[in-house]
Amino acid sequence: MNQSPRYRLNRNTFGRLVLTDEAGVAHEAIVPVRSFPISNPSQGIALVDSHGHELGWIEHLTDLPEDYRALIESELASREFMPEINKLLKVSSFITPSTWQVETDRGEATFVLKGEEDIRRLSVTSLLIADSHGIHFLIRDRLTLDRHSRKLLDHFL
Amino acid sequence: MSQNPYSPVTNLPSSWSESLTAQLSEDENIFAWVEIDLDIQLQFSSGLVVVTDRRLLASMSHGETWQEWPFQPGLKLTQRDYAGVGNLELFDTNERLTHWRYRLGGDLSVSRLIASFDQQIDFHVTGKFSAPSYEHKQCPTCAAILPIDQEECPVCEKQAQTPPSTWTILRLWRFAKPYKGRLLIGFLLTLCSTAATLVPPYLTMPLMDNVLIPYQNGQPIDKDLVTMYLSGLLGAAIVAWILGWARTYMLALVSERIGADLRTTTYAHLLNLSQEYFGGKRTGDLMARIGAETDRINLFLSLHLLDFATDVIMIAMTAIILISINPWLALVTLVPLPIIAWLIHLVRDRLRIGFEKVDRIWAEVNNVLADTIPGIRVVKAFAQEKREAARFYAANQRNLQINDRVNRVWSLFTPTVTLLTEIGLLVVWVFGIWQIAKDEISVGVLTAFLAYIGRFYIRLDSMSRIVSVTQKAAAGTKRIFDILDHVSSVPESTNPVHLPTVKGKIELRNVGFRYGTRSITRDINLTIQPGEMIGLVGHSGSGKSTLVNLICRFYDVSEGIILIDGQDIRSLPIAEYRKHIGLVLQEPFLFFGTIAENIAYGKPDATHAEIVAAARAAHAHEFILRLPHGYDSLVGERGQALSGGERQRISIARALLIDPRILILDEATSSVDTTTEKDIQKALDNLVRGRTTIAIAHRLSTLREANRLIVLDRGRIVEVGNHAELMAREGFYHRLYQAQARNVDTEDRALEAAAEHSVAGDLK
Repeated sequence: MNQSPRYRLNRNTFGRLVLTDEAGVAHEAIVPVRSFPISNPSQGIALVDSHGHELGWIEHLTDLPEDYRALIESELASREFMPEINKLLKVSSFITPSTWQVETDRGEATFVLKGEEDIRRLSVTSLLIADSHGIHFLIRDRLTLDRHSRKLLDHFL
Repeated sequence: MSQNPYSPVTNLPSSWSESLTAQLSEDENIFAWVEIDLDIQLQFSSGLVVVTDRRLLASMSHGETWQEWPFQPGLKLTQRDYAGVGNLELFDTNERLTHWRYRLGGDLSVSRLIASFDQQIDFHVTGKFSAPSYEHKQCPTCAAILPIDQEECPVCEKQAQTPPSTWTILRLWRFAKPYKGRLLIGFLLTLCSTAATLVPPYLTMPLMDNVLIPYQNGQPIDKDLVTMYLSGLLGAAIVAWILGWARTYMLALVSERIGADLRTTTYAHLLNLSQEYFGGKRTGDLMARIGAETDRINLFLSLHLLDFATDVIMIAMTAIILISINPWLALVTLVPLPIIAWLIHLVRDRLRIGFEKVDRIWAEVNNVLADTIPGIRVVKAFAQEKREAARFYAANQRNLQINDRVNRVWSLFTPTVTLLTEIGLLVVWVFGIWQIAKDEISVGVLTAFLAYIGRFYIRLDSMSRIVSVTQKAAAGTKRIFDILDHVSSVPESTNPVHLPTVKGKIELRNVGFRYGTRSITRDINLTIQPGEMIGLVGHSGSGKSTLVNLICRFYDVSEGIILIDGQDIRSLPIAEYRKHIGLVLQEPFLFFGTIAENIAYGKPDATHAEIVAAARAAHAHEFILRLPHGYDSLVGERGQALSGGERQRISIARALLIDPRILILDEATSSVDTTTEKDIQKALDNLVRGRTTIAIAHRLSTLREANRLIVLDRGRIVEVGNHAELMAREGFYHRLYQAQARNVDTEDRALEAAAEHSVAGDLK
């Protein structure tokens, strides 16, 4: 059901999202923020201005007209960075800090795990690993990893 | 064009230097470069952005073409970051020309790239160059100012992350070293007592061959011979008893001391770690590590390791004796040994991982308790006892599950060793009988062998237990050394400068602080004169407390520098520096002890007169006298209940007693009602007099005494001035003040909530 929103959205030449509200005021550098980035990413997206004030609320992306949705999706895609680990290639040691070499859905990468407490359990099988710079790496289902990866991972769980 | 004043850089990453050099014209110099590790679609990739003396050059992934942007007016390079990923953007006056993404590991070099870019643009546009902002030498990687006589940057050093070695247990040697002499004596005693225990089986051989078998063959028993052999047996037993006692006592003594040293060293180290560490670790886990783990290590050293050492010595000696009696039979006897060794090795790895898991899960169980019990009022108020019980049950369930898995391997282990023992004995019987039949050995020799290897295999069986205890102890050692290896993120300067007296001038230059991926403050420039009172004002989350924490050096700045009397605070010894600072917090913490002890916490040798004077100045004297035991009344967790205002005045007295040059009041009056606040305010006025004071207060009215108010918003200074000036300006402060004066608390809260909201996509 497409309910057309009471604001207008477009992208300016500086690459920023601009929201024009009912009163015709343009707010530059609008940022879409997911409310539940991990537990339910597609529900509840807030449009927030550069001061952190909420200007719009999107209950669900499918509520939006096609062009707006594309705009917001592209903006989200350029901000969201949670590589999903498909394979553990090497860990420098089983004692932290440890340097991990992994294969992710965004290519091969290396990161430093500061301590075991940076591995957060999302569910029984999925894990979220924060590296030393605070980037989160996701393991969607550790049981589907290959044997070698599981063995390496097991040392840290 | 005149000579470009900035010195070029040469240390390009080797993988890029060839491709880049081909791009450069002959006299073009590189001023800054940064390696980019993501592409625009946020795939891992590699790229390079370079600032030369005439243009900006960039290339993504090797072999691709280079793009260039010659310097021209209006070009702007900016950086912003969100959730660990940075965005470096190039604009001209009309549009965004391009952008690059990178992980925040490269954040500092990006900042330098931008600085260099700005300098070059400036130079090309105006023909002039701005003088470098600092007279000090700066660290090439993090731009921290270096102490004059130091080449290596004290800030960068701490970021080297080398994982500790896997032979963790050997690292306990550091604690054993002071007891070398006693350990050596213990070892010699072990050798002797073990040798003594090996005498009795040896004597069974002549006893059998020279006494019992001749008697069976009809000869009478030689009484003298029997007496000699039997007294030999008794003597050996008594010697073994005495030596065994001496050895065990000596070594237990040493190991107990090693354990105590380990515990106190770990605790002392833990206390010196920065607040960042305590923020990230949970109390239950830390307590378990220092209490239970050191105890486990201690037990391992005093009991298991000692037994193991004895066993090894016994096996070695037994082997020598057996070989000297009959090499062939000895060979057959010893064959199962390598098999068992191999079995032990096989199980070792699995068990170690298993026991580490058990430890971790155990800490988790503790954490559930540490979370819930302090919050018991909330649990009860929301009637969630069942849920909390279920949470504990779940943690225990996981504990069981993992223990079950470990025990599956472990339970198989001991019976296997026993089986091997039996088989080994059988082999010796078979081979021995065969040799006797061929008259190669006597019955006595076989008896002696069986007696020896009976013990021998019993030892092997108990030795196999060492695998598990060693692994447990190694896991414990690792967890202890995790703490010991943790270098404080607020490192002690290697070359400290001493400031015996402090005037109290504080200077912040380009100070920035980043917590994880969130940058909390940026570009703070502020000079506080000695004796000046500064009020920090802003919504919660605006960085007031962060700034205070930075000045106290609970954290170190991520960028920039904080100077006290012109000295970098990082170059001062931490304890000495903090002696100059008095801190009064929102929630005063009183330790268990008397009021006098609590007031004298920062200066334990203070006289009673000093304590009373401080208490008077803090307006605490009178209420203290009303307590049944006066200054000797017990307070703290198990002591006398004091009201918030009373506790606060005690903590003010505590700060007054150390007579600090710098005073920090972090929301000192906000947790009490307005009447109490007036009392505290009077106490504070005494405290503030003549000291450099930095006060944070939520109620703006309490800051009217301040010489200057610093208004912070989202980690930046937005306004500076005294109350009247700021009110006249009708800016940020005016709005804040109005909101409070109108007593529209709701609006204020709403604003606060918005400011606390992760400040997304903050432009640098």
